[in-house]
Amino acid sequence: MSGVPARRSMLSGDRVNRIHWIPGTDQLRAVCHCSAERDFEDPVQLWEWLLSHPDGHDTPPPTVRDVAPSSDRRQEVTIP
Amino acid sequence: MIGIPRDQWYVAAYSSEIGQELFSRTICSEPILFWRTRSGQVTAVSDRCVHRRFPLSQSPSRLVDDQVVCGYHGFTYGPDGKCTAVPGQTRIPRTARLQPYPLVEQDSLVWVFIGDPAKADAASIPRAPYLDSPGYTTVAGMEPLKARFSLLVDNLLDLSHETYLHGGYIGTPEVAATPITTEVDEDAGVVHVSRHMDDAECPPFYAKSTGLQGRISRWQDIEYTPPCLYKLHSRIAPVGSVPNPDGSDPDAFHVEVVYAITPETEHSTHDFWAVARDFALDDQEVSDFLAENNRTVVLQDVTALEILERVVATEPEGYQELSINIDTGGLAARRMLKRIGAQQQSVPARS
Repeated sequence: MSGVPARRSMLSGDRVNRIHWIPGTDQLRAVCHCSAERDFEDPVQLWEWLLSHPDGHDTPPPTVRDVAPSSDRRQEVTIP
Repeated sequence: MIGIPRDQWYVAAYSSEIGQELFSRTICSEPILFWRTRSGQVTAVSDRCVHRRFPLSQSPSRLVDDQVVCGYHGFTYGPDGKCTAVPGQTRIPRTARLQPYPLVEQDSLVWVFIGDPAKADAASIPRAPYLDSPGYTTVAGMEPLKARFSLLVDNLLDLSHETYLHGGYIGTPEVAATPITTEVDEDAGVVHVSRHMDDAECPPFYAKSTGLQGRISRWQDIEYTPPCLYKLHSRIAPVGSVPNPDGSDPDAFHVEVVYAITPETEHSTHDFWAVARDFALDDQEVSDFLAENNRTVVLQDVTALEILERVVATEPEGYQELSINIDTGGLAARRMLKRIGAQQQSVPARS
């Protein structure tokens, strides 16, 4: 995901939804108060997703699959 | 259509509008009578005599010693709405009372609560302290708008329209071209839309009032507390200037633009506007300039929104709209208004 350089936060409550217009793009990044994030091109769909919390907001953080050299088992590593 | 939310505080007037004479204004389809008593308190009661519904604000109704006397049959009411005299008999009917409205006067605004008085919590009224702060000079006005209040909310939450509708006054190309950040605090009931233009053309509205020429840093931070109070924190500064870590901001000019968006009826709105500045405090020319120019800008909106009202009023419910990135804040406000309306019963439409 592309970075959002100017992530200003004006409101500080516990249940604040944030929408950043990603500079240089037509993309909007929705950040739910539960920390889930998703990019959209349509603000209506964006709001539908934000309001559906918690449905669809439990996506795990990005992962890479790594094959452990000492085992045949595939190991899932979470990117910090 | 977004109905008028009940159980809410609305700005009914500027403090300066209400003196020791009868004053009437319809708020959320309810005609309300105001006056200031000799002790300085503002009253708010129904503007209809309980007898035959004659408007108490209409001549020959009159104020006599802090009591209003109906000009039709002489029913007389005190500031609390209780009837104190009826014609031709000594018994005053128990139900002879004008409905009183919870009222709070603060920040040079008169707020009334529309809905169940038991739910009126004065602490929930949003503040605009600069409107009567000695550190600011304020110009203000109110324009009648023949359009539903939600159209004005849409208008004010998306300032990209400044570029097109208000060019030559407050609009420059950068307003529409600069991305926004939107935040919604569900618990506090606040929508915040931020647009920071770090290198922008200075529009005449700010060039002539601040004296800044050429390119500027222009920040617009909208703080909307549905349904009524809208604040635009406007910061104008030389390019490259930012506030100090301690919050001081000596190189910048600050303008607090305040709107109170008060429904008159389902299809008309009281468009209260105020511009408070922290510079040139005693300069009458700057005051006159800002007052005239902001009123012009407001009237440009009024003209556009009245056209829009006539269009949407004739369209079937559920007409198709298209929303894009600039509408993110407006969509947030609409959603919050609908949520408020769903929680509290909406004012029924009156013909």
